[in-house]
Amino acid sequence: MEQLRSTQEFTALREHLLSALNPDIATIVIPAGTCGQASGATRLVRTAQREILSRNLQGKVYLRVSGCHGFCEMEPSVLIEPAGTFYPKVDASGMRRIIDALLKGDVVEDLLYVDEATGQRIEKVGDIGFYRHQSRLLLSQNEKIDPLEVYDYLRAGGYCAFVQMLSNMEPSRVIEDVKTSGLRGRGGAGFPTGTKWEFLAKAANGEGKYIVCNADEGDPGAYMDRSLLEGNPHSIIEGMLIGAYATGANLGVMYVRSEYPLAIKHLGNSLKQSRRLGLLGENILGTEFSFDISLVKGAGAFVCGEETALMRSIEGEMGEPRQRPPFPVQKGIHGKPTLINNVETWANIPLIFRDGADNYAAIGEVNAGTKIFSLVGKIKNTGLVEVPMGTPIRKIIYDIGGGQAGDKGIKAVQTGGPSGGCIPADLFDLPISYENLAQAGSIMGSGGMIVMDESTCMIDVAKYFMNFLKDESCGKCFACRKGTQRMYELLDDISSGRGTMKHLKVLEELAIILKDIAMCGLGQTASNPVLSTLKYFRDEYIEHIQNRRCPAGVCKELISFTINERCTGCGACVKACPEEAISGEKKQRHRIDQDRCSRCGSCRSVCKFDAVEVN
Amino acid sequence: MIAVTINGLNVRVEEGTTILEAARFIGFPIPTLCNDDGLSPYGACRLCVVEIGEAPRSKLVSSCTYPVEEGLVIRTASERVVRARRMVIELLLASCPQSKKIQDLASAHGVRQQRFKQEYDDCILCGLCVRMCREQMMANAIGFRGRGEGRSIGTPFDVSSDVCRLCGACMYICPACQLRCTYNQPEIAICNACANLSPPCITKDHYSDMMCYMEPCVACEIK
Repeated sequence: MEQLRSTQEFTALREHLLSALNPDIATIVIPAGTCGQASGATRLVRTAQREILSRNLQGKVYLRVSGCHGFCEMEPSVLIEPAGTFYPKVDASGMRRIIDALLKGDVVEDLLYVDEATGQRIEKVGDIGFYRHQSRLLLSQNEKIDPLEVYDYLRAGGYCAFVQMLSNMEPSRVIEDVKTSGLRGRGGAGFPTGTKWEFLAKAANGEGKYIVCNADEGDPGAYMDRSLLEGNPHSIIEGMLIGAYATGANLGVMYVRSEYPLAIKHLGNSLKQSRRLGLLGENILGTEFSFDISLVKGAGAFVCGEETALMRSIEGEMGEPRQRPPFPVQKGIHGKPTLINNVETWANIPLIFRDGADNYAAIGEVNAGTKIFSLVGKIKNTGLVEVPMGTPIRKIIYDIGGGQAGDKGIKAVQTGGPSGGCIPADLFDLPISYENLAQAGSIMGSGGMIVMDESTCMIDVAKYFMNFLKDESCGKCFACRKGTQRMYELLDDISSGRGTMKHLKVLEELAIILKDIAMCGLGQTASNPVLSTLKYFRDEYIEHIQNRRCPAGVCKELISFTINERCTGCGACVKACPEEAISGEKKQRHRIDQDRCSRCGSCRSVCKFDAVEVN
Repeated sequence: MIAVTINGLNVRVEEGTTILEAARFIGFPIPTLCNDDGLSPYGACRLCVVEIGEAPRSKLVSSCTYPVEEGLVIRTASERVVRARRMVIELLLASCPQSKKIQDLASAHGVRQQRFKQEYDDCILCGLCVRMCREQMMANAIGFRGRGEGRSIGTPFDVSSDVCRLCGACMYICPACQLRCTYNQPEIAICNACANLSPPCITKDHYSDMMCYMEPCVACEIK
């Protein structure tokens, strides 16, 4: 890898790369992000490599180990390019059969994806419901790229936007274009990105300016940033390069949480490659422009995703927010003007310049562009979903997500992580936008989407998030520290049957006031889980308080298990019970000793006859 | 000079002053707990919140950390502010009812009850002692540790710090511990500052492990 000294050398390298690869040769793509590896993709990769080597298939079949494609439910999967054949849940023997078929130009019928509604097998990836209803601008790049290979990214058109800009675009034009695109911060608050850049560009440049990529993705159930970092790290570097060029920043920081080891590995490797190619460092491609990025690992505090706390953490101090103003752009890291954008925001930047700002602005309704959501919970197709802004929630959950996973209907969806709220099923026609979600009492957040069905207790959900927040509040501001603790206490009382209507009144009062007085975003949004469940599911709270009953059968103190007449006396539950609370003669109806029962539900999950009832 | 409106009054104040300083200078009282004139503002106790801006986009900010801006409209005692402040006091009262300062605050704002589970914390983590030690005594002997519920103030690894000069400033400024210690033995310690008949620290098992970092206690000698 030689250092490129001019834009001409870059173009020449790119042309050479494109000509060296025959696009008609079949490529086996195996997604091996963290999710893929966890479900066995590494073994699949090894099998494929062994097959290719032992059968001398080099040059006849290509193998590409890519990042996550989004369909996590079907991992480990295999995608054949350029045909676009998709094989879900492949094992080692399946892999061998796929290679056999590939050499003959065939497909392995019985390994193809089965559409549950029609029962038919679908060959092409684009015809599968999960993919068909998405517009995968960002995620589709993951398929084309081996994250450890910068050449893959160059072949896919990477760095072209930046290099072109370097030779013939004024920084102010770049900012204008970002403004025209209508891109808004993907980290949650939705601040217009172009305006933010303009602030930094105008800030006095004394001893340098910082731009930061916020990759401290801590929301439970959200992992879209991780997939981008793991699958396409160069797109984020390119986004930051464009940002630096536009705003005159010379220092870059990637703040990645240390719980993402694979993302850190890929990013570190990509930074090294970019530096070696001369795309980072002093005098990039022989121009006056200099910029470099350093990698900072977080230490595991959720609050460090908040920008003022993040800056303190980068400085090496305790991660604590402070009140703004001064805003980061006035006084940031080490007192220098600082701009902080989320991973997904940075990844969107190269797209704006590749496709043109006006074209980007035309995508989506209400807000511009696409948004990646991580669809998890009680849903059939778990995974990462990329849709244009303005897509109704219903489409995401039913058309893409495939609807409920079990036999119980979907009751609500929780968006935006711990700072977000629950949106009930009757509001599912709501088109997704920053404003609509805020109006419904939730937030866009970073894009977590947790689907809940009738077996989810909303008080339990609120309690779970409050427990998370009371542990993750930094503790600096008294209102947030004690407010979250007290809200948890009240919710715990309600869920364990000690609640009164007075609890509800105090809870609501505290939640509303906390929104007002907390210092940072974490505290100000901490009451959203409580307020949104109170707004849409107040009857569940009242049921817990007045009738001492948990309708979903979740709150342990309020339920009891009994065995009905369907019991055949098989004894499976007796073996499963950790408390030895179940007794009964063989082939006779068993019974549960309520005093000993810890209400863990083990008996219910092992019973094949549906004989254990929850009351 | 910067023109601002405080409670409907148009005034001009020096650039760089905080809302708290400006309001107090003019004569509008704002209660504080974690703020002290000689220390840097911290904004942790949330008692000094004021409402800024015009409805419906108005918001509450801590006045001790917010610098005045041209044309800023400030309300120091609007209904929203008073309601929020009373809730903060209620939370304080629920955590640390034995503090004379918090009792006074509650009485001044008419908070007569608290509706949460009663706790008796020794520390409300206002950070006054930490800033006092660092900024006025230049010792930096104590600091914050942990986060959320586990947050506490102390010396590194809980051992007596070499840089601590036993000056007693941390105890002097503490709003929660009203025990101006007279001695470090529980049997003969007498609280001479607050009205509490049973200061909280005396009843503890490990008197020497308390928030006082002095062995022997010298605060009594300063008196």
